[in-house]
Amino acid sequence: MTDKKKPVSQVLGIGQIEPEVSGSSRLNVGSTERIWSAAGGAFLLTFGLRQGSLLTALAGGYLAYRGASGHCPISERIGRNTAEAENQVPDAIEISKSLTINRPREEVYKYWRQLENLPRFMFHLKEVTQIDPRRSHWVAKLADTKLASVLGKVEWEARIIEEVENERLVWKSVEGARIDNAGEVRFVDSPDGEGTEIHAVIHYRPPVGQLGGAIMKLFNPTFKQMIKQDLRRFKQLMETGEIATIKGQTSGRLKENQPLDKPSSEYASTDEKHEGLML
Amino acid sequence: MKALCYNGIGDLRTERVPDPAILNPKDAIIRVKLSSVCGSDLHLLNGYVPSMREGDIIGHEFMGEVVEVGSEVKKLRKGDRVVVGSIIGCGECHYCKSQEWSLCDNSNPHAWMPEKVYGDATAGIFGYSHAFGGYAGSHAEFIRVPFADHGAFVIPENITDESAVFVSDAVPTGFMAADMANIRPGSVVAVWGCGGVGQMAIQSAFLLGASRVIAIDREPERLRTAREISGAEVLDFSQVNIQEALREMTGGRGPDSCIDAVGMEAVSEGLDYYYDKAKQFVRLETDRPIVLREAIVACRKGGTVSIVGVYGGLIDAVPMGAAMNKALTFRMGQQHSQKYIPQLLEHLQSGKLDPSFLLTHRMTLDQGMLGYDMFNKKQTMRVVFEPAA
Repeated sequence: MTDKKKPVSQVLGIGQIEPEVSGSSRLNVGSTERIWSAAGGAFLLTFGLRQGSLLTALAGGYLAYRGASGHCPISERIGRNTAEAENQVPDAIEISKSLTINRPREEVYKYWRQLENLPRFMFHLKEVTQIDPRRSHWVAKLADTKLASVLGKVEWEARIIEEVENERLVWKSVEGARIDNAGEVRFVDSPDGEGTEIHAVIHYRPPVGQLGGAIMKLFNPTFKQMIKQDLRRFKQLMETGEIATIKGQTSGRLKENQPLDKPSSEYASTDEKHEGLML
Repeated sequence: MKALCYNGIGDLRTERVPDPAILNPKDAIIRVKLSSVCGSDLHLLNGYVPSMREGDIIGHEFMGEVVEVGSEVKKLRKGDRVVVGSIIGCGECHYCKSQEWSLCDNSNPHAWMPEKVYGDATAGIFGYSHAFGGYAGSHAEFIRVPFADHGAFVIPENITDESAVFVSDAVPTGFMAADMANIRPGSVVAVWGCGGVGQMAIQSAFLLGASRVIAIDREPERLRTAREISGAEVLDFSQVNIQEALREMTGGRGPDSCIDAVGMEAVSEGLDYYYDKAKQFVRLETDRPIVLREAIVACRKGGTVSIVGVYGGLIDAVPMGAAMNKALTFRMGQQHSQKYIPQLLEHLQSGKLDPSFLLTHRMTLDQGMLGYDMFNKKQTMRVVFEPAA
């Protein structure tokens, strides 16, 4: 089922910026090879997990990834390309979220613009470093250690291409990013004048193709949920100075002398996984 | 510490679990002195509220003593004797600032769960499923209270523990039911359900100026309490036709205000009960809105229906035509604890309200399952646990 409705960015008239086409949104694995890669990979992954063989599972996971994504980092490194059409560019996926924060606009903007603050509420980020006033370096946090060992460090550089203080920020990832992305965040006074509406639109070009496209559609709600949760935590942090959590609380699932988990404001990536399972 | 944990539908166990810890700067840890059962717990136990997990500690109506405070707790001190509202409110968002605490934007860490079904997320509630935040509940020796400066209220000295515990939920919920019911001097109010919340709704309705309150139930002991202690006229729905009786008792008009203090697990003696029960069984309907339907039809033209009985999902066959054409006003919601607790403590101090009679059975946590069984069978008004015993 394809969603034919207008993207929210068009309704709001913001965030029309498109991400670059580079890195893994370029295809270098042909269709036939991808299908075999995905099918074989899925088999190995399942088999490996059942047998408890990490290596088999990892190899399977890798094959499944290149089958699904149509992009093979190894092929790229050795200059191999079996994609039939070199110029297949996947459509960017749009995620948008708005919410209202009960704090003055200047304060909300200031906190956000200090990009180093972002990982405090964006739990999928490990760190963001400002290189100069325009450029920043982003490192993702991968909770799943198996996945992390397959993918390695996921990082990218982003550039602010438009900034209006206390009003809007537009950014784009720099060519060669692992996941090409671009977006806009707007800060608007709420109608009652007491708070700030924040409107975020993010576009990213997933590693796609026919097969990959279908799989990414499955993942899309998860990403969308993640971005929404990020913004919700931002609101909590701005309004209350803390992030609501139950991570680290007691329950009948623990033995009496078992140490409690660390609160989720520090280690929340696992929270997301737990949330995913509860769906 | 000892805690009463949910282990599946109809299965509660007293277990030894780790003591709670401060997780956020505005948290406090309370040593629970008294913790009451509540009708809404039965919805959890009977499997009508999804997103319960094995091992969840239940309970949300409690009082106790502050034993530890986080670095950002400004008002509470160690040793304070406090009652804590069941609903968790951050105190800073638009809704908390507007005194609509149960609509708090920030206190539910699982906001995404209700958002999918309700379009929005509402406040976290202690011990009340993961859709309402997944917070550990109060049927335990200790409990972590987030945003403690807003949720915990120091109990004035002349109010006993046995009275104060119900200021956590039963009293504010009953009071809010009456507060929402547009009661004017001389109003006639009908209250469905004579459990703890219903009794408090009756007393609050009188406090707000009602001339008569008619209470409806079928449990003889609860009807007796409604009549003798809360001062209501009573109707036993297993014995009389409620529509007819309400109409005749009000000179043919119908009650000015109708309060639903029952909610999704209503019962009746009629066919509608089996209709709803069957649909609920196959999940075509999540709630049984028997009382709600009855209230809409019974209510006088232009009257108010006030709902505090809990509904969780979808209901069928609501007589919307009656509601629309009779120009009824609907008010509803989970109680705004923090809005009502200060004034209710004053009413308790002055003796205008006294909820202590709700405590009919006092038990230890080890008797948890027994207590809830009795409560489910309506053999008690309220069982209150004493975790330290």
